[in-house]
Amino acid sequence: MGLTAKSTGSGVLSSDIRVEKGSPDDKVIVIAGNPNVGKSTVFNGLTGLHQHTGNWPGKTVSIAQGTCKGREFSYVLVDVPGTYSLLAHSVEEEVARNFICFGSPDAAVVVCDATCLERSLNLALQVMEICPKTLICVNLLDEAKRKNIHIDLGKLEKCLGVPVVGTSAHKKSSLKKITDKLDELCGGKITPEPRRLHYIKPIEQAVSIVEPVLKKHLGNVISARWLALRIIDNDSSLAEESERFFGKNPNDIAEVSEAVERAKSLLAENDITSDCLKDRIVSCILLNAEEVCGECECCEGCQNAFSRADRILTSRFLGYPIMLLMLLMIFWITIVGANYPSELLSTALFWLGDRLGELMTLLNAPEWLNGLLVDGAYRVLAWVVAVMLPPMAIFFPLFTLLEDLGYLPRVAYNLDKPFCKCKACGKQSLTMCMGFGCNAAGIVGCRIIDSRRERLIAMLTNVFVPCNGRFPMILTIISLFFVGGAIGFAGSLLSAAALTGVIILGIAMTFLVSKILSATILRGEPSSFTLELPPFRKPQFGKILVRSLLDRTIFVLGRAAAVAAPAGLAIWLLANVTIGDTTLLNCITGFLDPFGRFIGMDGVIVTAFLLGLPANEIVIPLIVMTYMQQGSLAEIAPAQMLELFTANGWTPVTAICVIIFTLMHFPCSTSLLTIKKEAGGWKWAALAFVIPTVCGIIICAVIANAARLFC
Amino acid sequence: MNETKRLCDIEVGENAVVERLTIHGSMRRRMLDIGLCDGTVVECVGRSPMGDPSAYLIRGAVIAIRDCDSRGVIVRGI
Ligand SMILES: Nc1nc2c(ncn2[C@@H]2O[C@H](COP(=O)(O)OP(=O)(O)OP(=O)(O)O)[C@@H](O)[C@H]2O)c(=O)[nH]1
Ligand SMILES: [Mg+2]
Repeated sequence: MGLTAKSTGSGVLSSDIRVEKGSPDDKVIVIAGNPNVGKSTVFNGLTGLHQHTGNWPGKTVSIAQGTCKGREFSYVLVDVPGTYSLLAHSVEEEVARNFICFGSPDAAVVVCDATCLERSLNLALQVMEICPKTLICVNLLDEAKRKNIHIDLGKLEKCLGVPVVGTSAHKKSSLKKITDKLDELCGGKITPEPRRLHYIKPIEQAVSIVEPVLKKHLGNVISARWLALRIIDNDSSLAEESERFFGKNPNDIAEVSEAVERAKSLLAENDITSDCLKDRIVSCILLNAEEVCGECECCEGCQNAFSRADRILTSRFLGYPIMLLMLLMIFWITIVGANYPSELLSTALFWLGDRLGELMTLLNAPEWLNGLLVDGAYRVLAWVVAVMLPPMAIFFPLFTLLEDLGYLPRVAYNLDKPFCKCKACGKQSLTMCMGFGCNAAGIVGCRIIDSRRERLIAMLTNVFVPCNGRFPMILTIISLFFVGGAIGFAGSLLSAAALTGVIILGIAMTFLVSKILSATILRGEPSSFTLELPPFRKPQFGKILVRSLLDRTIFVLGRAAAVAAPAGLAIWLLANVTIGDTTLLNCITGFLDPFGRFIGMDGVIVTAFLLGLPANEIVIPLIVMTYMQQGSLAEIAPAQMLELFTANGWTPVTAICVIIFTLMHFPCSTSLLTIKKEAGGWKWAALAFVIPTVCGIIICAVIANAARLFC
Repeated sequence: MNETKRLCDIEVGENAVVERLTIHGSMRRRMLDIGLCDGTVVECVGRSPMGDPSAYLIRGAVIAIRDCDSRGVIVRGI
């Protein structure tokens, strides 16, 4: 999952193709390939970095880079999103194509799937057309072996004319071959003679008209033959991109456009229309791939197919119940598992807080400094770590397990029809899954959706999935108010069921809002949808545990330090600065109180939500702090917390409203920034702010006022 | 000779060969991308719980396609 601090900040957003070299002699290597063939796994293995991997196509949506050392050269490796071809369609595929074409890599590594070689070669042949210095890395050999697929790598090398290595990316030792071959390739020890694609005669003639003209005007920077073909093929986005690269759009050069016209009329004379041209080009590449594959692959067993598990997981009667059960089970394990560590952490951290306080007194620190640092900043931080961290640290490994197994694409497959009914894209469910981790990451993940309209819908509704900052909060309130006395097995199961219910409400809202959006401001028809369902793979248990635990902890701690501590500081200040005879905090909460009451909450809660804009984790600690009036947060056991809330007028209705408002209110500031950047404009960020907030206010107001009427 | 039909109409477990594509624009490119062109062998391997989309085995990969898109692919049964 995209959950490290780096992948949730604004760092992921750049689609820049700038590469940072350590020294000018470093070689830039691009790692390309079809989606889900293990590019990121190869990248991680070589660079020692931890790009997130997952068993579904579209995991990586932006460019990552890292360095590794070969015997002769140092390399800067660039991991790009997976693509099926270089005739780019979706944003993330364009990111990849632009890098391969215009990032001027010194060499390319095309990662291929040994269990699906033919399709992988389709892309490999296209990359070889642009970049002759290509290394083919046939990955997933272990899986192929299990399926009884044998690939003659030597023969493949001969057929393609470029070096070929075989790997199983999980085994680091198999990756050494890649750097060895790269050394030879970059050192000029191997001169690749890539297999040339011969198109049918009229196309070749058309290309030969345009190619020399392009060479004359643009130099020999990228393969003129390839570019000529694309220009004849009317690839407008490529033309735009090359304008940025060359400083001029090839179509604007009189001589070029004249040559293109001649080429096109030549094609027209031969009855090749633009659709037909595309078909011819593609089928030529596919035929080549088929031929190569036929020579080098010997397949005794079966290839990828729909397994029995697939039939059950997507069956008419069991498909949805299983999805629900999975969700329930994950929550239940999270709740049970988080209980004890949470208590432990809370006791330990607040004990440390007391000692810190004593230390301050010992050092004769002024009272206000003690209040500011220990009562304000430290306590909120401690609360966030104690209450928020354990559930997250358990939820994410579990979720990652499902992801690595390959369950997520099945969810998208099952849920596509309802999304289609809302005129949205089934891949939206993949972005929602990412949203469980972090809404900002989910929003960036929307790049896998091709159509801009559907992408915007997915971005605007992503916040209806509670991210890791919010779901422990919902959990806390559920266990305080609704599970109450029930502890042990029944209690935890009840909590899990309630939490699942809340998630389902969020999903229902996603559908509703998607539907409304596509009937109003984002009107349009659903576009096409193709989604690859990769085979189930055995997750790497150890790695997942370590990685997601570590990543989670670091992420939460980093965010807590960056946001919770300053917020604690701020609230302490507000509670201790007085105007007349009330504190500033009371002024604000008093002002917001009537509105808060109207939507079933109170001024304090609304204030806390507003202050929680940078990070939702701090909302509950802020509420507690404000209720305690001195503006500091003591250690609070669940029973005392319930007492505190009830003393401040909370009823079960208040609790429901808070839960609903937690699910539906403005996204955190990082998410808003991400939307602005991804959608291109503050307008969309503003919408993303308004839509869930209005939903939340309406639902809470209805509930609160209905309760007032009937109770 | 078998008669032609639309890809969305083949049964689960049935094999077919692509005759031609009648869709245009981005969906046509998408189909070509995943390797669906004249002469490709396709097998329908499953349907989602609500009957749409369906999963097809195309050149060694399982790919889900909506009915409204696979309608534009004309195939011949084998
Ligand atoms: N058995 C086996 N599994 C592998 C191998 N290489 C990668 N995987 C698994 O394949 C899945 C996909 O790997 P990724 O590295 O995320 O694939 P990717 O090519 O980066 O995918 P996108 O970013 O979506 O384009 C993960 O679950 C990996 O654990 C391998 O050699 N053998
Ligand atoms: Mg990747």
